[in-house]
Amino acid sequence: MKLKTIALAAAFSVATCLGTFAASHGNKAKIGMITTLSGGGAGLGIDVRDGFLLAVKKFGEGHVEVVVEDDQRKPDIAVQLADKMIQSEKADILTGIIWSNLAMAVVPATTAQGKFYLSPNAGPSALAGKGCHQNYFNVAWQNDNLHEAAGAYANDAGFKKSFILAPNYPAGKDALTGYKRFFEGEVADEVYTQLGQKDYAAEIAQIRASSADSVFFFLPGGMGIAFMKQYAGSGVDIPLIGPAFSFDQGILQAVGEAAMGVKNTSQWNKDIDNAANNDFVASFQAEYGRLPSLYASQGYDTANLIISALKKAAVSDADAFRAALKAAEFDSVRGDFKFGSNHHPVQDIYVREVIKEGDVYTNKIIATGLTNHSDAYAGDCKM
Amino acid sequence: MTTTLIIEQVLNGLQFGVMLFLMASGLTLVFGVMGLINLAHGSLYMVGAFACAAVAAATGSYWLGLAASLVVAAMAGAIVELLIIRKLYSRGHLDQVLATFALILVFSEGTRWLFGSFPLYLNVPEILSGSVELPGGIHYSLFRLLIIVTGALIALFLLALIHKTRLGIQIRAGESDREMISALGVNIDRLYTIVFALGAALAGLAGAMVGSLQSVQVGMGEPVLILAFVVIVIGGIGSIKGALVGAVLVGLVDTLGRFLLPELFAIFMDPASAKAIGSALASMLIYMVMAGVLFFRPTGLFGLNA
Repeated sequence: MKLKTIALAAAFSVATCLGTFAASHGNKAKIGMITTLSGGGAGLGIDVRDGFLLAVKKFGEGHVEVVVEDDQRKPDIAVQLADKMIQSEKADILTGIIWSNLAMAVVPATTAQGKFYLSPNAGPSALAGKGCHQNYFNVAWQNDNLHEAAGAYANDAGFKKSFILAPNYPAGKDALTGYKRFFEGEVADEVYTQLGQKDYAAEIAQIRASSADSVFFFLPGGMGIAFMKQYAGSGVDIPLIGPAFSFDQGILQAVGEAAMGVKNTSQWNKDIDNAANNDFVASFQAEYGRLPSLYASQGYDTANLIISALKKAAVSDADAFRAALKAAEFDSVRGDFKFGSNHHPVQDIYVREVIKEGDVYTNKIIATGLTNHSDAYAGDCKM
Repeated sequence: MTTTLIIEQVLNGLQFGVMLFLMASGLTLVFGVMGLINLAHGSLYMVGAFACAAVAAATGSYWLGLAASLVVAAMAGAIVELLIIRKLYSRGHLDQVLATFALILVFSEGTRWLFGSFPLYLNVPEILSGSVELPGGIHYSLFRLLIIVTGALIALFLLALIHKTRLGIQIRAGESDREMISALGVNIDRLYTIVFALGAALAGLAGAMVGSLQSVQVGMGEPVLILAFVVIVIGGIGSIKGALVGAVLVGLVDTLGRFLLPELFAIFMDPASAKAIGSALASMLIYMVMAGVLFFRPTGLFGLNA
């Protein structure tokens, strides 16, 4: 299974070098994907890329050509790649960026040059409110959304006092703000950790000493793995709530038993029952030999949105193409999908619980956190 | 804020400190004895963690994994020393930094090629998970307690090795006069390989133990490497005793700073900005300590007077 993944990854790298997923008829577009394929955050970029290329392979025949490049999670490299994609590759649409700080470096410059940018992940508040742009679409979520749903769920679950925890950087502050925007109880304590911190003994001691009845944490990637393992080993049994970023399919196996039963919020899960999602989960597993993560679902939706718009309008006719994107007439794996006035999704956000299926840790939906949820910044967007 | 919370945080600081010591002791020996800046020391830490995770997953035994982390990291260290590092001793520091930085990239991409981009599973064994009650009603993680004990034992072992054994005499002699010791008939090449492999083994052990608490993934070594450099600069380059004192100091300052500074600022500020400013300042605290130490003792706490 692992060998197959490696072989596929290798095949895609070769394809990347050749730069061709060629097309022959209909409206065509060249898509530049800049995403993180090496370094600590590579798992996320690989999932977005694999989801995207799966949709291209299944539905994009003759419509799109994709060029994939690795930004190494560095803003300066992402900016260079964006220039290269636009100027020498002549890409019509850019996509792929995982991290909000990279998105802030690339998106405004891209849209200012009249190109389209579709975000499969990062949704910084600055691009949802005053900085919104008619050519910028976010297909995933606005950064605050999943945290807001976690706050709403904490109310539903009857929690009165939360200990809240996030890294000290813009997305971490957005996370705690988002949680507090919806949580009606009291905040026992608010702790900012260092970005990339791996030892949480000091924070767990504070949680133990607090009188909280719930812990909300936003610690993406390796930080979340470290926190959950240490939390489970500490003997503290205050229930945890978090956004899906610490519970995606890629990292759950590394956390293992320590994640069992934790509630987390997500706009997607593999058990959402619709034809598009069932088809996506089955074909992703067949293609890559692993279960898809929410990042893969976001990449898949992004590609399908582009393909649906290309079937209606040519990307050279920017107004018609933009209207086709805005209409979002594609079969989203999330079920109903529509854009709000600021080109960010208006969608349901679910509460999931970590379970074990056979030997594999995964999630199942147990409730809906927020229904038809937009974001707090849409009002500031003048488009 | 209760006494038990403070004692628990002091234990956390100690545990963090002894982990740093395992990393820093190898780094300081290599720098002190061979005059080599080894940026790839963090990669050996990663190699140890991956070896432990892979062997523990294959055999089901955490203890075999731990042993494998020592052996594999020592072997990786010895091979790298023989093939690459050996050619760098006579070169300047810039060449050493360039070559060992290249080694980081080789190790990282090699590990990704072998194990993939997703973090590996490695957890504390059942028998060591959970917490114990210490006198005074303090609950403390058993595994962290074991790390403190292991680190203390290794520190004793290293101090005895450096000060009481023939190998230790050769290492100390190598630090003060490299040419003289080879003129006296000591096989300096073999000595270098042994010191490098010993440092690598300790880094690998640290990686395996920390990996069981945190996460085993590519690139895990570099953040620790920076702290280890801070430790050896504070302690004085080449001194094992300095590495021990520096590591415990950095561990305690970092842990207690993260916890106490926001509380301190909250006395005269509104809570939200006190949290943000306090934690921002806490992340700089060890570097301020380092600057302070260097101001008064430019060669570090236990450094030789240059």
